[in-house]
Amino acid sequence: MAQRAITISPRWPGVLAGALVLVLTLGTLAAVALRAELTTGLGTADWAAIRFTVVQAFLSALISVVLAIPVARALARRRFWGRQALITLLGAPFLLPVIVAVVGLIAVFGRNGILNSTLIWAGIEPISIYGFHGVILAHVFFNLPLAVRFILQGWLAIPAERFRLAASLNASIGRVLEIPMLRAVVPSTFLVIFLICLTSFAVALTLGRGPKSTTVELAIYQALRFDFDLGRAALLACIQFGLCAVAAVIAWRVTGVDAMGAGFDRTVTRWDMRRPFWDYLAIVLAALFLLIPLAMVVLRGLPGLLIMPSSVWLAAVRSVLVAIGSATLCCTMAIALGLLGGRVVAVVGVLPLAASGLVVGTGAFLIVYPFVSPSDVALVITMLVNATLALPFVLRAIGPAIVAVHDDFGRLGVSVGLTRWRWLRIVVLPRIRRPLGFGAGLSAALSMGDLGVIALFAGKAEETLPLAMHRLMGAYRMDAAAGAAVLLLGVSLLIFWICDHWGRGDVDL
Amino acid sequence: MQKPIYLPVVAGLALCATSTLAETPVLQVLTYDSFVSDWGPGPAIETAFEAECACDLEFVGSSDGAALLARIQLEGPRTEFDVVLGLDTNLTAAARETGLFAPHGVTADLDLPIAWDDADFLPFDWGYFAFVGNADAEAAVSLRNLAVSDLKIVIQDPRSSTPGLGLLMWVKEAHPDDAAAIWEALADNIVTVTPGWSEAYGMFLDGEADAVLSYTTSPAYHLIAEEDASKVAWPFEEGHYMQVEVAGKLASTDQPELADQFMAFIVSEGFQSIIPTTNWMYPAITPEAGLPDGFETLVTPAVSLLKSPEDAAAIRAEALEEWRNALSQ
Repeated sequence: MAQRAITISPRWPGVLAGALVLVLTLGTLAAVALRAELTTGLGTADWAAIRFTVVQAFLSALISVVLAIPVARALARRRFWGRQALITLLGAPFLLPVIVAVVGLIAVFGRNGILNSTLIWAGIEPISIYGFHGVILAHVFFNLPLAVRFILQGWLAIPAERFRLAASLNASIGRVLEIPMLRAVVPSTFLVIFLICLTSFAVALTLGRGPKSTTVELAIYQALRFDFDLGRAALLACIQFGLCAVAAVIAWRVTGVDAMGAGFDRTVTRWDMRRPFWDYLAIVLAALFLLIPLAMVVLRGLPGLLIMPSSVWLAAVRSVLVAIGSATLCCTMAIALGLLGGRVVAVVGVLPLAASGLVVGTGAFLIVYPFVSPSDVALVITMLVNATLALPFVLRAIGPAIVAVHDDFGRLGVSVGLTRWRWLRIVVLPRIRRPLGFGAGLSAALSMGDLGVIALFAGKAEETLPLAMHRLMGAYRMDAAAGAAVLLLGVSLLIFWICDHWGRGDVDL
Repeated sequence: MQKPIYLPVVAGLALCATSTLAETPVLQVLTYDSFVSDWGPGPAIETAFEAECACDLEFVGSSDGAALLARIQLEGPRTEFDVVLGLDTNLTAAARETGLFAPHGVTADLDLPIAWDDADFLPFDWGYFAFVGNADAEAAVSLRNLAVSDLKIVIQDPRSSTPGLGLLMWVKEAHPDDAAAIWEALADNIVTVTPGWSEAYGMFLDGEADAVLSYTTSPAYHLIAEEDASKVAWPFEEGHYMQVEVAGKLASTDQPELADQFMAFIVSEGFQSIIPTTNWMYPAITPEAGLPDGFETLVTPAVSLLKSPEDAAAIRAEALEEWRNALSQ
């Protein structure tokens, strides 16, 4: 796609969006590094942290993807009542702030959780969630929903014509359609999840039972907060980017290329529907694993909704506005970058995943500080950073769709002489509506739950919902905080559902 | 490169901010998050001070104590803050080294269990670290006793949390020669290590552990705010390590008189009487009416442990290494 023959779209919006991403990822890193004085360099503990980080990220990504394949396949093949609602709900763990999700997991798998209570009741030795396996479990809980959605999209994107062709040739669908699709979709899904887990901090620490589970991100936190060693923080952030680069190159190498023709966007009618038992088993197991912890969060928080102070509602409104702004910006940037295409865009699309939230926040602070008081721009910066951090997911969703539109309709567009904006409006946007709705919902919900940047910038007047929740917890108000968590979960899911629903329109897919 | 997008917005916001604040002098105080929340001391103290200063007191919250110092170091001498409120003695040595703080110039008769003579940092409240458990359950009587018991505890990470660092100092001060051995024995008691205080405290309340590292004053919150007497702090024979929270005046302040007035206000009745039931710590000077009802039920340690700021800074790396090695096995 780097050598695309027809360029209908304008280039400058994509270049601008790419530049913004570079400033907020590498630029903030440079800002931190430039302020650094002497540094102690890396010790043995840092190397142990790097080793732990890579191993847990690899296993988390591997298990998430492997488990997601049967679930996505089942969801792609089966039609049942409530399927669409289930798909939306299954996405919820990914949208939750870490601290809320961990509470839900502990309520199920903890020492006092329902699983162990059941085991003890049945006379079986209880299990412990704390340790290496707990970290992996939590990461799979977070990222399985993402993997399912990405792989499900891959399945749904196989044109109906190909299924018919395969059927008429009596060819194996698995071999000629599904395996090539998985080869195209799985490596990038794996990469995204690997990178998310690479920058994990609170999950690894809370469930990891102590210093054995130290991640690079925690080492960065320590360097920034307790040692004020900006040089070491910058060095560790560089290592994160380095790991990201290596992982990205490997993932791109093994990614398959789709070489078949286009279809007419018809709904797929599958006939290979024997043995529904295994499909439904996969769906039920995934639903139990993902939804019971969520249900626990809701159950615990409902009474708290009534005792929440009114400032929490105000914070919720503020968070929704930031989320809308951030999603709008994020989708605009993603479309601009998607139209630009090329390897540079692929790089820009994964960079934010490898960026340390703390380094981005600190760097952004250093960049704006000479010009303006940081708390005055807290919400604007939060919006920009959230948009950038969600960009990889949105680009991952709409990028392939834009490429497909170009490949399938580009020549037609040129031959009928469409102008750039008309091409975008009447051809591209309607055809990417579904992934765009999904992307908008995802970026808005991620922005709702974000706590990273705002905590560094905000004063009292800029409190967002996650920050309000955190402050409630810090003031012993655990019940009210649990109520705020339910509100956060509800609003995030609602925003996601509205966007995703708009994207699907009335199409039965 | 990103300037074209946000600079107009930034400029607009900055204009709004300056035009409204032109008349009354503003005192900007940087503090930690829970201090400024609706239940923290912030709002009441703001009202009390503004009643006597003809000024606008503005609290800015920034997560926890360690974050405050990092923020001041990031901003450097150009900082707009006048006072920093919420550092503790584990941080004051590093804070002093930055050269950004000025002597507080306040003389007060402090009610601290230890002698205090720091010209730069003024205590505003203090407390004892303690393990908080349930009243009707088995309790440990010392660090060593806890280490050999089967009791389960949740603690905070000394690399990301002030109570976590407090426990590190507690073990080191109570058992200077076998701190590593104590940690090794404690390893099987620790359910998990959380990044901050609130995660750990929430896990304890959810029944994940027999006790959590917190303060001797934590049961007072449950007793006074929730009328729940079921939480107790475990008194330990070795004594309890203290946390002394301090305020410091920034040398670069553009409101030196106002900052001095605020520093003096910190040790006055108006500030100190708000502390016990909002920050759930002991006030630096006991209010005239005494401590609120319920505080008399709290554990009062026979021995108060506290390292000097310089000793705490000097020993931190070594203590951290011991902790890491002991818990990594």
